Amino acid sequence: MIDKVKIARQFIEAVPHASALGMELSEIDDGRAVISMPYDKRLVGDPETGVIHGGAVSAMMDTCCGAAVMSHPSAPGGTATIDLRIDYMRAATPGQRITTTATCYHITRSVAFVRATAVDDDADRPVATATGTFTVEKR
Amino acid sequence: MARPRPEPIQVVKQRRDSALKALVDAVPYIRFLGIEFDRRGDELTAVLNYDDKLIGNPFLPALHGGATAAFLEVTAIIALGWAQVWPQIESGALDPQDMAAGRLPRMPKTIDFTVDYLRSGLPRDAYARATINRSGRRYASVQVAAWQDHHDKLYAQATGHFLMAPPPPTDETA
Repeated sequence: MIDKVKIARQFIEAVPHASALGMELSEIDDGRAVISMPYDKRLVGDPETGVIHGGAVSAMMDTCCGAAVMSHPSAPGGTATIDLRIDYMRAATPGQRITTTATCYHITRSVAFVRATAVDDDADRPVATATGTFTVEKR
Repeated sequence: MARPRPEPIQVVKQRRDSALKALVDAVPYIRFLGIEFDRRGDELTAVLNYDDKLIGNPFLPALHGGATAAFLEVTAIIALGWAQVWPQIESGALDPQDMAAGRLPRMPKTIDFTVDYLRSGLPRDAYARATINRSGRRYASVQVAAWQDHHDKLYAQATGHFLMAPPPPTDETA
């Protein structure tokens, strides 16, 4: 089990798009993953307010959900996104780090179901939530 | 009554291209991803220029699902912004030079966005077009289709809802 966690962490950190966005994996275990991303001016979507683009939040959500699937005890190997829905509750506060927690709450032989929540410094008011389905790849 | 002479083609193209450029260049994240927009009349095609940093699975290799989601979301937002701006630049209410100087209309905000991943994204350029199914005063519903080599073989599609920015105050009310 330890091996799988280690592999998942290395896998996430070796993902070029995840490292381009500055993503850091801080927790991964038993179908749950936590990934955060520092504020970066290159990722701004609204130049007037300096708010990060929703697309960058989506990319973090997708990565974190995928990581949660791979860390699930019933997941034999890799995964790919089938579908992902993001709801944007509010703009992330400019200058603050965004942290996503994803949970793989159900898994079958072929499909993994995942939920995720993204927050900034004000953890009581989510920035965005996501729900997705992912493939379960045979090893 | 004599029909007014049509504008020279260079004037028309210059106005539309510079308005589109102002809209796109204002967003740092669009540059970060390497997205460009092709224009034919008012029709836009978004192009995601391939770069190694867009890879999500280095073993296949395949584009990152998040990069694809972001590409489709950018396409939807620019399509909505462009549809709002178009009548204003054509009527002269908006000056593309003012837009380039940073006086841009407020862009729509994403309420929700759902991406369907139909095929894995190949390590090459991707293209996307948005269809605005409904655009009201407050809300808009947009679909996006994305493909790579073959237009009829979509690699991803998306649907999203957006909160429209309130229209700018007119001269009478300002």
